[in-house]
Amino acid sequence: MPVDAPQKGITMSRKSFTGMLATTAVLATTLAACGQAGQSDDDGGGGDGGAAEITMWTHSAGNPAELEVYETIVADFNASQDDYEVVMESFPQGAYNDAIVAGAAAGDLPCLLDMDGPIVPNWAWAGYIQPLELDQAIIDSLLPTAVGRYQDEVYSAGYWDAALSVFARRSVLDANGIRIPTIAEPWTLEEFDAALVTLQGAGYATPLDIGAEDTGEWWPYAYSPMLQSAGGDLIDRDTFLTADGALNGPEAVEFFTWFQSLFERGLASDAGTIGNEEFNNDEAALSYTGVWNAMDSLETVGDDLLILPPPDLGTGPTIGGGSWQWGISESCDAADGARAYLEFSFTPEYIAAFADKQVVIPATAEAEELSANFGAGDPLQPFVELSQQYALERPPTPAYPVISSTFERAAKDIMNGADVQSTLNQAVDDIDANIESNDGYGF
Amino acid sequence: MSATTTTGAPRREAPRVRSAEAGRRGRRRKVLGYLPMVLLALFFLFPLVFMFVSSLKPDAQILGDIDSPQAFLPVGDISTDNYVGVFERVPVARFLLNSVLVTVLIVGLGVIVNSMAGFALSRLEWRGRKVLLTVIIATLIVPFETIAIPMVYWVSKLPTIVIEDGLPMYDFGWLNSYHVQIVPFIANAFSIFLFTQYFSTIPKSFDEAARIDGAGWFTIYRKIIVPLSGPAFATVAILTFLPAWNQYLWPLMVVQQEELRPVMVGMQYFFQVNPAWGEVMAYTSLITLPVLVMFLAFQRAFVSSIASSGVKG
Repeated sequence: MPVDAPQKGITMSRKSFTGMLATTAVLATTLAACGQAGQSDDDGGGGDGGAAEITMWTHSAGNPAELEVYETIVADFNASQDDYEVVMESFPQGAYNDAIVAGAAAGDLPCLLDMDGPIVPNWAWAGYIQPLELDQAIIDSLLPTAVGRYQDEVYSAGYWDAALSVFARRSVLDANGIRIPTIAEPWTLEEFDAALVTLQGAGYATPLDIGAEDTGEWWPYAYSPMLQSAGGDLIDRDTFLTADGALNGPEAVEFFTWFQSLFERGLASDAGTIGNEEFNNDEAALSYTGVWNAMDSLETVGDDLLILPPPDLGTGPTIGGGSWQWGISESCDAADGARAYLEFSFTPEYIAAFADKQVVIPATAEAEELSANFGAGDPLQPFVELSQQYALERPPTPAYPVISSTFERAAKDIMNGADVQSTLNQAVDDIDANIESNDGYGF
Repeated sequence: MSATTTTGAPRREAPRVRSAEAGRRGRRRKVLGYLPMVLLALFFLFPLVFMFVSSLKPDAQILGDIDSPQAFLPVGDISTDNYVGVFERVPVARFLLNSVLVTVLIVGLGVIVNSMAGFALSRLEWRGRKVLLTVIIATLIVPFETIAIPMVYWVSKLPTIVIEDGLPMYDFGWLNSYHVQIVPFIANAFSIFLFTQYFSTIPKSFDEAARIDGAGWFTIYRKIIVPLSGPAFATVAILTFLPAWNQYLWPLMVVQQEELRPVMVGMQYFFQVNPAWGEVMAYTSLITLPVLVMFLAFQRAFVSSIASSGVKG
């Protein structure tokens, strides 16, 4: 009997296999008889009188204020014409870049997508996005750091920029005899350092909230401008082929030695919380932070709040430029519609709405005047000046993602006590190896 | 008599004294035994208590209490504002529904498909089954992250049937669907391995007896193997449930429409320029509840399944 068993099993398998073949054949025939979805309307949607769909991805999920403005623009644009219909999907910011990379792998990128300024050259080099080709008057009206370029070609444009500054209380500086810096005369490195020591002596255990508890892009955004102010940089901007000399030269070593000493002397710390709580609670005397935290501090500190320029560490103060911007994917079938939408959206009213709801710097002068916070005499106007005077975009090279993560790792190691010169040398080796393995990224 | 009495009394007292001492020693031993267990329980409960308590506090108070025992106490400015904020920021109900649907289908279909595969590998005699089992086990060493992008590419090319204008049409691409979150995770190498091992412990004489009575392989599977393999099914169900509920990377890559997203992707909604910690805690409380309920309902099976499989959750 046990001998028969497998035979029966095999017989059943044969039957099943025949049945499976028949079922597959029937299914295949049925499918072949069906048409392919979308084939009857393959002219982009607009040819038969319907509106062509323009897909659009934003990083704004979980940010109702920003999302609200986008929803208004999309609704207004869709109502303004019959040729195109913009359909928006929003993603949470922390997951957005992964979604884009996956979408690109699947050949499923949307027509319109927003991206953080420094990533633009990488996505242009990778073929994710195409030259923007918006009306030149729009591009010319924007803050230079609100335009994303790669190899002299414009690939993206944004409605706003952000800026960093040093928050302080006038009463605290006055009480400790510390000069209030201005854009014309910012603190020198020596003055800034001495101010921190004085404030520590006045009872602030950690006088500067430098934001080192944060992670990711914050590190190059916040601290590479300090390095640039000191005379160093993330990469040699003449060739974009090596970081040697820029990231590990004498100026960079001197800056990072001072940066390390801030933590060693307890003038700054990587403890604390992301945001501006320590300054608002008067636990930190100075806070190196962004425009997005200004409204909360204004409410808490009131007229006593000072929005100060960052210190001049040698070659003049520098802050990072380049925030979220819009581009058109290379695979977009309705690029004209996408451009029409973008040109429609770059109006002063929408830009001012973004600026006020998001607390970011409007990218055009007209929007600045319309804004409730950033116009002449408005409380956040100093940020406009800081952005115009000191903003420097992060290196516009496809190597930036590697530069960014390498810089973060090196700066954190130095903060934690690593040898400055050897850490920077290693960072240069890592960046240069990546550039070399990618044939110079087109440079 | 008196002698008897005097000698008898200590005889009766001695065991009582001894038993009282033994009782005290026993109690002391018990207390000493329980103390580390209580401490360990508290240690593991702290994160959950912190999460629930913090979900009721404003951000400033969460950060203010963080260095004190107050972090674990519902004191101060207590309210349900964070929960209101969560529902305003994220479509929680939709995300929960999606996760429940995806998880139930992965677990339900998973135990059926993998147990059948395990049955075929352990009970049926066919050429190459040992090699196939080795290959299946070998796939366990490949981390999902390394094959994620190629998988995205392939699922974007797979054919699918869609209804357009009331007619069935074929199309390509599984992105933005429920099935792309379910189908790739139904067949599971570890589950097949567990079933194969468990089924191998059931005597083959049961099959032979059933075959004498005219049963086919499917009947043997359904009426003999499945009823005898309750622990294996429970183990696989529980071990499949947790990763299915916790899926993050895959749905992030293959689902663009908000209404199809599961709960874990929703977590990212709260990490804006400054994280909204109170809402993070409220959201994690909400999405942890179903898992806690599952755990409490099936805790005996859960513990024994993890112990028997030798796998940490």
